[in-house]
Amino acid sequence: MSEYIKIKQGLDLKLSGEAAKSVIALPVAEIFAIKPKDFVGLTPKLLVKAGANVAAGTPVFFDKNDESILFCSPVSGEIIEIVRGEKRVILEIKILADREIKYVSSTPSNPDQLSRNEIIEKLLKSGCWPFIRQRPYGTIANPKDKPKAIFISAFDTNPLAPDYDFILSAEETNFQIGINALKKLTTGKIHLNIKANSTSAPVFTQAQNVQINTISGPHPAGNVGVQIHHIDPINKGEVVWHINPQDVIIIGKLFNQGIFDASRTVAVTGAQLEKPQYYKTIVGTNIKNILADAVLKKGDNRIISGSVLSGSQIPVDGFLGFYDAQITVILEGNEYEFMGWLAPGFNKFSVSRTFFSWLSPNKKYNLNTNLHGEERPFVMTGQYEKVFPMDIYPVQLLKSILIEDIELMEKLGIYEVAEEDFALCELICTSKIKSQEIIRHGLDMVRKEFS
Amino acid sequence: MKPLRKLLNNLKPNFEKGGKLEKFYPAFDAFETFLFVPNHTTGSKGTHIRDAIDLKRTMILVVLSLVPCLLFGMWNIGYQHHLALGMMNVSVMDNFIFGAIKVLPLILVSYGAGLTTEFVFAIIRKHTINEGFLVSGMLIPLIMPIEVPLWMLAVATIFAVIIGKEVFGGTGMNILNPALTARAFLFFAYPTKMSGDEVWINTSPEKGQTVVDAYTGATALGDAAAGYQDKIPNIIDSFIGIIPGSVGETSTVACLIGAAILLFTGIGSWRIMTSVFAGGFLMALVFNLFGLNTLMQISPLHHLTLGGFAFGAVFMATDPVSATQTNTGKYIYGFLIGFLAILFRVFNPAYPEGMMLAILFMNVMAPLIDHYVIEANIKRRLKRIKPIQNQDG
Repeated sequence: MSEYIKIKQGLDLKLSGEAAKSVIALPVAEIFAIKPKDFVGLTPKLLVKAGANVAAGTPVFFDKNDESILFCSPVSGEIIEIVRGEKRVILEIKILADREIKYVSSTPSNPDQLSRNEIIEKLLKSGCWPFIRQRPYGTIANPKDKPKAIFISAFDTNPLAPDYDFILSAEETNFQIGINALKKLTTGKIHLNIKANSTSAPVFTQAQNVQINTISGPHPAGNVGVQIHHIDPINKGEVVWHINPQDVIIIGKLFNQGIFDASRTVAVTGAQLEKPQYYKTIVGTNIKNILADAVLKKGDNRIISGSVLSGSQIPVDGFLGFYDAQITVILEGNEYEFMGWLAPGFNKFSVSRTFFSWLSPNKKYNLNTNLHGEERPFVMTGQYEKVFPMDIYPVQLLKSILIEDIELMEKLGIYEVAEEDFALCELICTSKIKSQEIIRHGLDMVRKEFS
Repeated sequence: MKPLRKLLNNLKPNFEKGGKLEKFYPAFDAFETFLFVPNHTTGSKGTHIRDAIDLKRTMILVVLSLVPCLLFGMWNIGYQHHLALGMMNVSVMDNFIFGAIKVLPLILVSYGAGLTTEFVFAIIRKHTINEGFLVSGMLIPLIMPIEVPLWMLAVATIFAVIIGKEVFGGTGMNILNPALTARAFLFFAYPTKMSGDEVWINTSPEKGQTVVDAYTGATALGDAAAGYQDKIPNIIDSFIGIIPGSVGETSTVACLIGAAILLFTGIGSWRIMTSVFAGGFLMALVFNLFGLNTLMQISPLHHLTLGGFAFGAVFMATDPVSATQTNTGKYIYGFLIGFLAILFRVFNPAYPEGMMLAILFMNVMAPLIDHYVIEANIKRRLKRIKPIQNQDG
């Protein structure tokens, strides 16, 4: 039984700088980093010291709140630096990578013949576990939970997002083994959601042990949060897990080959690149070489690990985020604009028709990071609802968080959302409200209340 | 524009923290952001790009959508004046100029008094100056009778900004529509200057001019309430707006042009506008069935073109802050405004124009409507939880 879901509200943002369909494999970068900040609510406890040698799959730190969750080095090499911030918070664990990656190897095994506990243990020890995340809260999945379903979104609708049908076209075996392992973790189904009206790769359409659902409509149709809401919504006390399709393959390789091979193909995109295209690399890689190869344009650039809608800014010699399969480069917008709010605005992006850019609806934009105005209290209504395809009142939920009323947040559906679901609301907001930050604050508040 | 930017950059330190004029930062900020869209960029996490729209753009477009009403109002003031004096052959331009001379002081006083109050509040309360008054300042003169004394207008505007808005925390926090608060204040404080048959048309004759015999000076609704059926202007006249009334409210055509701008740009709520008209139409239709007095006999479409109904539906009911916020709520809110406006009109002969009171009443009711709409959503979410199966089957 599969479902067909039609998403009506949303927005497909047309940006220039789409990645060309070619995958480049550069030599392994010199330096890698694991950033504990990539994981929501994590307090890391180090297992290694600077100067230690590690292999790919050697545990580097664990989660203080759940010591069974290990975070492992994606490459082999030497720990060269532990970067700390204020109050000695660990920001980065930097690893100088070997030319040839050496793996911590275990015996390959068929997940069909393993019990649920054996699979969980293998995932935890290998460093694969953090790839599995949960709703509510968007944290790493709790190994003690029994999720009612696992969701995999086989397509990403973010602006300039990677095309998984292209990336995963030849990974059927490992993907299926990964699915087989995940299948034993849930009491319910694995939902593999593919995009309607497109030729999805066989890796998805031929997958076994999953329920394949078809989703049509604009972004955020590819967000798991939206898919969960329409297929198997989360009520208080329920847990759903989700994982990115590329990470299913990493899990597949763990069982198939017995190694932690955190390879990832990344779409390097954005109008500020001469040659936007795909790069085959490894989680946590330094992006300097990649940006050099894709040729960064001149100007004050902002490098984003992830999409323009919910990614994180990183320095030009920064590192790829743990969950990100995309790097976007756009121009900073730190310039004044004379009477900008009064100008006709033929080139200004707006979902409203308040600027004359409505004359060219198919234009591809090269947008910068300017806020285009100052933050104000909520004034306009009905805007968020146009891009928020859930049966949840987005403004009212945000307001319940602003007044820190946990009971009201629960009633209004906080368990079903994560930051990324509010990204479009933040994009189009007339009052420039930072919705994603507010949602994260609300999720953290609820999580602490019940932990 | 570089020299101007340089000048602002040089002045800025004086107003920033530690500067001599630190207290006046909100005023400086308002001025600076009026001239230049600031160089603020998005945060390092979250949405890195933003829509070009902001509150300034939104508000200026609402002001733009009011311009047809304003221009027509200016002409109509002159036209009605000359009509009352029996001067039928006055050119369009002369009518317009006469009206403009009468209306411009109202606009200046409204903006002057309102913005001064806003600036003072912003400085005392240390918050930025919000753009909301750009619209309120234009709405207030448009819903006043032309003969309103300027000092009264100033007092009403200050009252509206303080009691209607600032005491609640400024733009976005108010419960009542500020412009209507100003009008309601005058209506209850100085009823003789806000209703009757002497305020709608300027009849001060110059040398050698006298008011014509048939002149009454009352609005269409005033005449209807008094039972003068033959004096009610026909539907064409009231649709175009060549009737006595508040400065900007008379022309349904001008209101519809404004509505088109608001709806096309996506600023105004079509849900509210259409349901206001639907509610009014339906109520008038019901009254037609009884037809007990003159007001009850006016046809539904005719009702919608009279008084401030169209103006209220397009510009007042749609104020997003004081209206309902949920989409479902907007239908209910709008429908009840239209419904009540006609009801008040018909059943309150002392004050035949019910639109203002209907909107203010529904402003107060809006949070209640939203509350029930959201409660329904909460119940829907709770219903999803499947009942726990009995172990015995």
